[in-house]
Amino acid sequence: MKFLPSPRVLMIIALLCLAMVFAFPLWQILLEAPQFPGGLQMYIWINKISGTDKWILQNINILNHYIGMKAIHPDAIPELKYFPVVTYIMLGLGAIAVIIKKAWAYLSWSVLLAALGVLGIYDFYLWLYDYGHNLDPTAPIKVEGMTYQPPLLGGKNLLNFYVESYPHWGGVGLGLAIVFSALAYFKMRHNRTNVLH
Amino acid sequence: MNRTTNALAIATVAFMFLASCGNRNTNQIVHGDAAQQVYVPPGEYDEFYAFLSGGYSGQVTVYGIPSGRMFKEIPVFSQFPENGYGYNEETKPMFNTSYGFVPWDDSHHIELSQQNGEFDGRWLFVNGNNTPRIARVDLTTFETVEILEIPDVAGLHCAPFITENSEYLVSGTRFSVPIPQADVPIDTYKENFKGLINYVSVDPEHGHMELAFQIEMPGFNYDLARNGKGPSHGWSFLTTYNSEQEHSLLEVNASQMDKDLMAIINWKKAEEYLAAGKFTERKTSYYHNLLDEPSGIVESTEMTTTKILNPKDCPDMVYFIPVPKSPHGADVDPSGEYLVGNGKLSADMSVYSFSQIMQAIEEKNFDGEFDGIPIINYEAGLHGIVQKPGLGPLHTEFDERGNAYTTFFISSEVVKWNVETKEILDRHPVYYSPGHLTIPGGETRKPNGKYLVAMNKMTKDRFLPTGPEMMHSAQLFDITGDKMKMILDFPTKAEPHYAQIIAADMVAPNSKKFYPIEENTHPHVTLGEGNTRVERDGDEVHVYMTAMRSHLAPDNIEGFKVGDKVYFHVTNMEQDWDMPHGFAIQGATNAELLIMPGQTRTLLWEPKKAGVFAFYCTDFCSALHQEMSGYARVSPQGSDVPIKWGLNEALRESQEQANAFIEQAKANAEARAAK
Repeated sequence: MKFLPSPRVLMIIALLCLAMVFAFPLWQILLEAPQFPGGLQMYIWINKISGTDKWILQNINILNHYIGMKAIHPDAIPELKYFPVVTYIMLGLGAIAVIIKKAWAYLSWSVLLAALGVLGIYDFYLWLYDYGHNLDPTAPIKVEGMTYQPPLLGGKNLLNFYVESYPHWGGVGLGLAIVFSALAYFKMRHNRTNVLH
Repeated sequence: MNRTTNALAIATVAFMFLASCGNRNTNQIVHGDAAQQVYVPPGEYDEFYAFLSGGYSGQVTVYGIPSGRMFKEIPVFSQFPENGYGYNEETKPMFNTSYGFVPWDDSHHIELSQQNGEFDGRWLFVNGNNTPRIARVDLTTFETVEILEIPDVAGLHCAPFITENSEYLVSGTRFSVPIPQADVPIDTYKENFKGLINYVSVDPEHGHMELAFQIEMPGFNYDLARNGKGPSHGWSFLTTYNSEQEHSLLEVNASQMDKDLMAIINWKKAEEYLAAGKFTERKTSYYHNLLDEPSGIVESTEMTTTKILNPKDCPDMVYFIPVPKSPHGADVDPSGEYLVGNGKLSADMSVYSFSQIMQAIEEKNFDGEFDGIPIINYEAGLHGIVQKPGLGPLHTEFDERGNAYTTFFISSEVVKWNVETKEILDRHPVYYSPGHLTIPGGETRKPNGKYLVAMNKMTKDRFLPTGPEMMHSAQLFDITGDKMKMILDFPTKAEPHYAQIIAADMVAPNSKKFYPIEENTHPHVTLGEGNTRVERDGDEVHVYMTAMRSHLAPDNIEGFKVGDKVYFHVTNMEQDWDMPHGFAIQGATNAELLIMPGQTRTLLWEPKKAGVFAFYCTDFCSALHQEMSGYARVSPQGSDVPIKWGLNEALRESQEQANAFIEQAKANAEARAAK
């Protein structure tokens, strides 16, 4: 543990990693088909959905309406509104932890963030499930037994598209924030043990 | 007598083509690696764009070089039912002229915009010969965005030659006429007929054209021109024929003098005279038609005055120099020092030196004058003569290695020669009878002497026969070596005259994929299906329709009456690359609409009988394209069927919703105008 910087520095790194979710998307969904040179890219941010260009949602929605998938409207996804607030709160709590320099504060922050992260991914999965299964019965294209849930992680063929889903830098930042805050906790405990002995 | 004439004609034609017939077998002249040189594998791009004029089609075609594949026909001077250009309400005004709506022209010479004597890839200019006009094509959309009529000229063949920073497009009248037009006997040509040389300025930011001034010249036929570059920048060179000033059987009567005259114009001087007010302003009429890009609507304006400079009042502005017999073009080499006079009926070609011409002017080494315009001594301006290069020299372009390439119409060949030494280096037959040739950047200060395309006037047996009317043939040469290598034969649409070739990477990165719908300022745009509606105003009915995969909205409309003027304003709401929609309706006597993503286009439909008529999307847009259709119900005149419209619901009774929307739209428009 000697090679690690001080617990406080580790915690500050954790906060910076978390702040990455405002600078980069959390997740990316890539759609590939022959007639879409370069593919279609959709990016899920903490507070918005973007993509290849500003018309990506309209273009994906046009394609999805043939199979009866609901149109994706960011306004109809409340998470995009309250997730940023939750993140700000976490950044505030983390700042307090940095100020009070307590091991328990680092640990609780890390555990809380990990729990929120797992909940967030589960919530994302539910959305994917809903879009993929909740199909309009009057859709022009109906394939017996076919659902269109994009994978949470990895690739999958959905009709003419090959769909891939992976974390983006924001998602990586979130994971690193959990790791660094946990490290801050262990480092502090390690230091204290060394002092006691 | 008649039979004798025919026999003579046949003999002449046979003579003209004898030389080429011997070389018909291309197996002997096509090289083994030709296929590899012109083969562009699937998914790969050509290295160059070639823009070819369409001649009597009035359009411009776009080809890839070296593959010879055609990418697009850009409609310019002719109506184009294929996409509704000139038929839809937005682009009809592009065809306004002082003669009214002129739906066709004859396009000859392509000029790409230049900066510092090099192509900059922004605009393409092309002339309309019959109803004198110059058009501008935007190279981000490959669409015609502007047409300017040139007043008081006849046959704008000599156009639109560009200066090295796109300051001006220079043009001259092919046929001299009475100015102003007047009802005079034709045999008063010598006293009444004049020729105008026109300078159209190009706005450096937007490319907008404006007729800056015209120079009144003796009544010759002004044929072709080039502008100086580098040291000769600021000067224009125009060849003329019919300095005999004849008006009938020109074939014979305008071919009598051993030499015609080349006009040499100091346009910087002309600018000074213009600024000093040495012009006369004359009333006339010509049209300026300009596309407003955000709305997609062409605005047509009648212009009523023109500024005329007369060489008699403006000394040192215009000179003549003799050129051998009926020249066809004065081509300036990349250094700007040498000028090639292509005397099409002469056996020799004259090469002039710009610095010698300047010296002759300085020393007043003149051989008389014509109408007060000094004629420079021929020998004083002459760099030298290319001796017996072939028969019927027409057009010359250059490479960056000091060589010139000239087409010979009568002997059907391309000849390569050295500009400095005037030595003939190579010759190659072409099939058959070439007009212009083009080299990438071959008229600029920076040619790229990799390829040469010869555009031929006769096709005959080059391709599988298609009856009496055929496409023209073009031939591609690799000119990188000492000897020219013919590597491809390809058919070209209508009759290309001149063409220009530009590196693809100067143009391709700027090509628009679609029109951003948020920038659409069309007064009849429909933003969103919720805003679709039908409004009646007397006999006029406006349908605000949207197109999006895979339906038109509304798709059921009732309440039309026989005798109505129905305007379908169709907005393509797609914002994806290559997703146009079409609109066609039975009984339309004009054409279809082809609407690019983000655009609004309007078709006028005048139903003549009662019934239910189908409309549909004409561009195969999606798997459910065939379902993208609808019905329009037409009731007899005087019936009281109300206006109703809908999409997948009971037909909606009109007005209330539409009115609310219109109020909102008006408020938005006012807010925009206030801004």
